[in-house]
Amino acid sequence: MKLELKGITKAFGGFVANDSIDLVVDEGKVHTLLGENGAGKSTLMNVLYGLYEPTEGEILVDGKPVHFRGPGDAMAAGIGMVHQHFMLVPVFTVAENVALGDERTKGAGILDLEKTRKAIREISDQYGFHVDPDALVEDLPVGVQQRVEIIKALVRKADLLILDEPTAVLTPKETDELMDIIRQLKGDGTSIIFISHKLREVKAISDEITVIRRGKVVGTADPSADAMELASLMVGRSVDLSLGRQHSDGTDVALEIRDLTVIDSLGVPTLDHVSLDVRKGEILAVAGVQGNGQTELVEAVMGLTDHTTGSIRLDGVELLGRSTKQIVNSGVGYVPEDRSTDGVIGDFTIADNLILNRYDRHPVARGGSLQPAFIAENAEAKIGEFDIRTQSALHTASQLSGGNQQKVVLAREFSRELNLFIASQPTRGVDVGSIEFLHRRILAERDKDVPVIVVSTELDEVAELGDRIAVLFHGKVMGIVPGNTSRDVLGLMMAGSTAEEALAEADAARLATTENDEPQLPGGIA
Amino acid sequence: MSTATASATGAVHVMNKRALTLYGLGAAVGLVLFGFLSPGGTASFRLSSSGDAIQLPLLTVPVAAAGWIIAVLLIAGAAYAFWSEKSARRLAGWVPAVFALLFVIGILIWLVGSSRASAISLLSLLTGSLALALPMVYGSLGGVLAERSGVVNIAIEGQLLLGAFAAALGGSLSGSVVGAMVSAAIGGVAVSSLLTLFAVKYRVNQIIVGVVLNVFVSGLTGFLFGTLFSNNSGLNSPPRLPSVAIPGLSEIPILGPLLFDQTALGYLMFVAVGVLWFGLYKTRWGLRVRAVGEHPKAADTVGINVNRTRVLNVLLGGAVAGLGGSFYTLVSVSQFSRDMTAGTGFIALAALIFGRWNPIGAFFASLLFGFATNLQYVLSQAGTDVPSQFLAMLPYVITIFAVAGLVGASRAPAASGQPYVKG
Repeated sequence: MKLELKGITKAFGGFVANDSIDLVVDEGKVHTLLGENGAGKSTLMNVLYGLYEPTEGEILVDGKPVHFRGPGDAMAAGIGMVHQHFMLVPVFTVAENVALGDERTKGAGILDLEKTRKAIREISDQYGFHVDPDALVEDLPVGVQQRVEIIKALVRKADLLILDEPTAVLTPKETDELMDIIRQLKGDGTSIIFISHKLREVKAISDEITVIRRGKVVGTADPSADAMELASLMVGRSVDLSLGRQHSDGTDVALEIRDLTVIDSLGVPTLDHVSLDVRKGEILAVAGVQGNGQTELVEAVMGLTDHTTGSIRLDGVELLGRSTKQIVNSGVGYVPEDRSTDGVIGDFTIADNLILNRYDRHPVARGGSLQPAFIAENAEAKIGEFDIRTQSALHTASQLSGGNQQKVVLAREFSRELNLFIASQPTRGVDVGSIEFLHRRILAERDKDVPVIVVSTELDEVAELGDRIAVLFHGKVMGIVPGNTSRDVLGLMMAGSTAEEALAEADAARLATTENDEPQLPGGIA
Repeated sequence: MSTATASATGAVHVMNKRALTLYGLGAAVGLVLFGFLSPGGTASFRLSSSGDAIQLPLLTVPVAAAGWIIAVLLIAGAAYAFWSEKSARRLAGWVPAVFALLFVIGILIWLVGSSRASAISLLSLLTGSLALALPMVYGSLGGVLAERSGVVNIAIEGQLLLGAFAAALGGSLSGSVVGAMVSAAIGGVAVSSLLTLFAVKYRVNQIIVGVVLNVFVSGLTGFLFGTLFSNNSGLNSPPRLPSVAIPGLSEIPILGPLLFDQTALGYLMFVAVGVLWFGLYKTRWGLRVRAVGEHPKAADTVGINVNRTRVLNVLLGGAVAGLGGSFYTLVSVSQFSRDMTAGTGFIALAALIFGRWNPIGAFFASLLFGFATNLQYVLSQAGTDVPSQFLAMLPYVITIFAVAGLVGASRAPAASGQPYVKG
């Protein structure tokens, strides 16, 4: 299918998310949309997929103008989409999810799932997906869930497939497998729109690249273009994000985690006898694909999990079994992974969000009442110190961009003396400029001799910040390796190899190929 | 709620204790009440009524022995629940049901044993339970339909009440039971249409809309009862819905009179439970409804109209609940009176949660609540030393226990109560 977008504009009130965008996708080609978070890529795709009505502009399929009133129309025209957040019902089986909206029936509306299962098996065999039609979606790893999304599109005979940030949730190995799938689909004549901000993948898979910044097309590029050049085009200024940081070995052991086990409501261990040490003045980065126990590790330290056994000692004092408030009061600073629900209270003002961890004590409160003068002063000081971009401290936190919300969280947590600092996904969904700032503040805290744990699914961030790196897989520690360990080794560990196995395998691979890798870009954009 | 225990090794174990507290409490009450405080003697149950073709002998149970057996079984159940929690296993779904059933049987034997009557008719206890459960079943089915599509229906009480009122009015005007039942369904739909207007179209908080609608219907029917139905206007004299015994089947002891001597509403209830279960789990319609209730955006992206599905489901649910309301004015009493549903709609709401948002589960949960309600009627007639106020609390105590503790990790449809906004 040949697809043309002509002058697509989409405005939400006064905010223009897409500004007269032109795009041509040729049959059997991979066309990449490159841009930062919030550049307008997903909005454009939602317009194409019929979820939004464009304010202006038209869409042409094989030269004929089309008008989509809903996703149903887009699908009928042969457009399929794999959303960044999967559109799968977790409590349904694979077959039920694939059937939904396109059900085969035995007449009288009675479901005939057998026909759907057959269609799934056919596609699964053709592309080597290994998907069981009767598995419950919530039990499947994200990589497999993504394949279910692709099957959904293929069952509906999609000629053009939109992949919205498809690698954000995948291990390096799963990413490679996805790249193979894309090549296979392309070989069968399917057109692909690939959306990403990861330059390495973009260069590997694209036939054409269109760069979008602040809702506008700012240029097109050839996949052979220099990575630095692409990054500058995407961000709008020359990028140099390497922090030039010093490695630190830390001093005394401050946090000792021993045999920490967390069991979920289904009786499955999500964390399995994890033992870790964190020293004063070092950053321990915890790497791993989303959902391998990182969330539970952090929540267990913060006293937020049930069914937890083991021991967590901070400076010799047991934390496990204490209330979250006691843990916070013992000097633990915490940046939760889900900023908008756990990090800030969206309807509270920025000033109020900045005192949430000490609302009940001097000097924020006196005799049971808050001290507005202090809260206002504190807000002004923190807004200046952390470069929080807002017109007023009295705006609500939900009015801030993701990066600025994260600065509020960091400013709040750093506003007292810490004995331990934990940051979970500190830069997820944050613009490139803020990433650098947040990283520098975390390093500064480390340099004050505070032990720091940074949990991240972004390999670049892990490599950038970690003095040592622990890799979690299925709730177990696969090994703890030095901060300068190569991506290949980390990737293997994230897929379940132990540190020794991963090192041996990476060595073997290096001997087999003499070619050098692309130069690596730091800061989560490569 | 959780509790932490430190063991000698310094390792710490954090457990969830809410469910355990309730199992433990149930077992403790069982031990003290059925065991130590047993009235002794025997409890007798009549299994046949005098007119039956086949007469069964009296069932006589030694109260003390039965009490001890049940107490031991309850303790075993609580121990099993504790062991499951300790080893972090998921408790099998039948455990809470069997635990609740044992507890109810224990209470039944204890109460009958301590009553002054020589024997209680088990048949009238059961048929009465079914009759009391009937509007509750219809109400909870109406709730299942709405909640499976993602709309919380607190207005079941209002739907039952307006259904009862409309059946009285429609039946009096048309003079036919069919006219009365159709009017009842329309009454339920009327309440539903207000619910969908505010909850789906204007995205008002669904709990608040539901509560307001209940108060509104209560006030409206109360007002119309005082004006329209006063002075023997003839508008409050609907025809009665007759019982139809199925020849042959109704002769079977216990089951015959219980199941095969019903009104049309009774037979329709069994059909409705089966049809709705099949519809929700085996048809295209059901798959779409459940998807809309679990993950509306996923449904939207495959071309399903989320809000239309919700509106249709809530309207259908209203029709079912309204039809259930007609039981009050066509079967149980033959005229409407103020607030005659007396909170049944709220118990129906509890039944659908206890029944895990499943038509069959909701049916059995309603039966349990109907049984508890009827038990107090039968016992206060039989005469017992237990104060009537305590007996009147029985259905509500069972409701709270069932919903709060024994259900465990029951999962509501994920998007229930959340309005859907595109994009």
